[in-house]
Amino acid sequence: MPSIYVDHAATTPMSPAAFKAISTQMQVLGNPSSLHTHGRSTRKSVEDAREAIAKQVSCLPSEVIFTASGTEANNIALKGLYWQGRAQGKNVVVISAIEHHAILDPAQWLKDHEGAELITVDVTADGVIDLVALKNVIEQRGSEIAVISVMHANNETGTLQPVSEVVAMAGQIPVHTDAVQSFKKTPLSFSQLGVYAMTLSAHKVGGPLGIGALILKRAVEIPALLHGGGQEREIRSGTLNAPSIVAFAAAAQDEYPSTQVIELRNQFIDRVKELFPDVIINGNNVDRLPGIVNVTFPGTQSDTLLLLLDKANVSASTGSACSAGVHEASHVLLAMGHTQQSAQSSLRFSFGSTSTLEDLNFILSVLPDVIARGRAANIK
Amino acid sequence: MKLIAAMSGGVDSAVAAARAVEAGHDVIGVHLALAANPQKYRSGARGCCTIEDSHDARRAADVIGIPFYIWDMAEEFHDGVVEDFLAEYAAGRTPNPCLRCNEKIKFAAVLDRARSMGFDGVVTGHYARTQISESGKTLHRAVDHSKDQSYVLSVLTIEQIAGAIFPLGVTTKVDIRKEAEARGLAVAQKPDSHDICFVPSGDNAGWLRDRLGSETGPIVDQDGKKIGEHKGAYTYTIGQRKGLGLTVPTADGSPRFVLKIEPVTNTVVVGAREELAITTMKGERPVWCGPKVTDKEQEGFVQIRAHGAALACTYYFDGQLLVAKLAEPLFGLATGQAMVIYDGDRVVGSATICQTQ
Repeated sequence: MPSIYVDHAATTPMSPAAFKAISTQMQVLGNPSSLHTHGRSTRKSVEDAREAIAKQVSCLPSEVIFTASGTEANNIALKGLYWQGRAQGKNVVVISAIEHHAILDPAQWLKDHEGAELITVDVTADGVIDLVALKNVIEQRGSEIAVISVMHANNETGTLQPVSEVVAMAGQIPVHTDAVQSFKKTPLSFSQLGVYAMTLSAHKVGGPLGIGALILKRAVEIPALLHGGGQEREIRSGTLNAPSIVAFAAAAQDEYPSTQVIELRNQFIDRVKELFPDVIINGNNVDRLPGIVNVTFPGTQSDTLLLLLDKANVSASTGSACSAGVHEASHVLLAMGHTQQSAQSSLRFSFGSTSTLEDLNFILSVLPDVIARGRAANIK
Repeated sequence: MKLIAAMSGGVDSAVAAARAVEAGHDVIGVHLALAANPQKYRSGARGCCTIEDSHDARRAADVIGIPFYIWDMAEEFHDGVVEDFLAEYAAGRTPNPCLRCNEKIKFAAVLDRARSMGFDGVVTGHYARTQISESGKTLHRAVDHSKDQSYVLSVLTIEQIAGAIFPLGVTTKVDIRKEAEARGLAVAQKPDSHDICFVPSGDNAGWLRDRLGSETGPIVDQDGKKIGEHKGAYTYTIGQRKGLGLTVPTADGSPRFVLKIEPVTNTVVVGAREELAITTMKGERPVWCGPKVTDKEQEGFVQIRAHGAALACTYYFDGQLLVAKLAEPLFGLATGQAMVIYDGDRVVGSATICQTQ
């Protein structure tokens, strides 16, 4: 039986180059912070990797801070920039309504535990941040804003966000962008965007789990979350994970087959619409990532569809968070104007570098039965 | 068959799922999330409703090697079980929420959904057996009478029993734990769940008071003379003797028991033990687990509590109510409880007790 993976936005297969790099480096002894020969040897590999990643996103090597995840990088950036701003009397945190939970939840934490004022900016029906609303916030509250965080591309719908415009509007206000989904999938230049901070994650681009990076502008010093050995500009202490770092760099240097993935995605959308004329393709009218398709199948429950797809050997997702294993209605789709019910009738199919036309054909061959059963089993 | 195994996170449902797989069925594990916010209904571990329990269930499914999903049944559970529980108490009756859960959730909402999705039935860790007889699939007591759960399954219709698989009915609990151990299931020694899963502390009266209020009212004797005061009539149970807080003694010093709860007047009536004696009970909304009961009197047994004794009786259906006449008088029977009729080990049917005399 085939085993079809269309959840590349969740994680990706490790690239051969990354696998080779991590296997090799795991056999090398040495703490990169040690001054002796063993340490120096590992340090060289880590710094080569840092330079390679910096090159991929057009930043300085010293601007790359390795973390254990994208979530950690988001936390360091949002909390650190907030605390830095608060020291100057700025107490407002501004985010978009469609941020990943790794921004939403630290922002809420800052509000609940640090007394921050949280302003959430709405998005349009296409899932793009409402720049007019953001402009109003900046005009009225600009001097009080410690940090603005707007993701580069949304993880559920793939819609690209106008980060350059946000930066232009923000002026001197620090802007952070969560670029975990965008990295390698769409042009991404730290220097051109002009943001203060940007988040990356290895496992979304064929690298290993458990390694990410915060790209943080040179000379920006923010309070740390982890204190200890003073690694990574004293912003992120902890022994550097050399094997994962070199594998991250190896994966980051792979070519992403954008054209091929876009072609698959477009064909998928066309054929799904042919099969089910009543579907809604969410975020379909704006610039978006190559691989992500978010579909609402009216009259279904997404958890039922996922079970049936899994049973038919297709791994897809809703892309939204779980609460104790129960799928919540996606805050992203709700922000785009969906009802609770229609938000809970939606699935994310995310294609990637290893996706094929055969995968697509197989999914479309099982989908009619899955949707029919899903509709019959809809108890809500 | 293609089956959904309802997995609570306890040892019983884990072994039931494992046995179904071993029997050659195509099984998917499902944990029912019965509270949208798991903290809502519990603070301590009650054995089935916590996040930890759903993790235990997931881990068991992984060890068994089956897919695992969590189904959100919070709304259905709240409307069908919790609200019913409160409404019954508010009306002066004593409901059994486990029975309602089986009737409305596990073998209704879950079974319906499973069937619509192309599954043939639902596997649970209940201690009960089914048998194929001339009249179809029938429901029977478990071999381990001390763990028998046929009482709380007696609300299942023939159609529901047809879709129910109970792999544990032929084994004792002790052996189920040993088997779980041998299968490498970490829940092998997990304590049994007790009481009512959505009452966190086990303090039923307190839980009811929080939700139904604690309006005081009179405790009266059979002549209607007030002899005390109560804090919410529904926190009392027919036959209750302790905790009445009465200061006026009876003439002969004999103890008083709760005879009646009158929700409309918020009155608790007490009296002598003899007054509690009943020999006939009648139940409404009967459900037949096999051939229908007729108006012809038959001999059998009636059970009125989940782990109560089987009482010898004759029973018949008068067209409206299921009637059971007891061989020996019974003391303290609350309306709202289920009366379940047995023919030997076979469950004949059940009804909700509405009259006693």
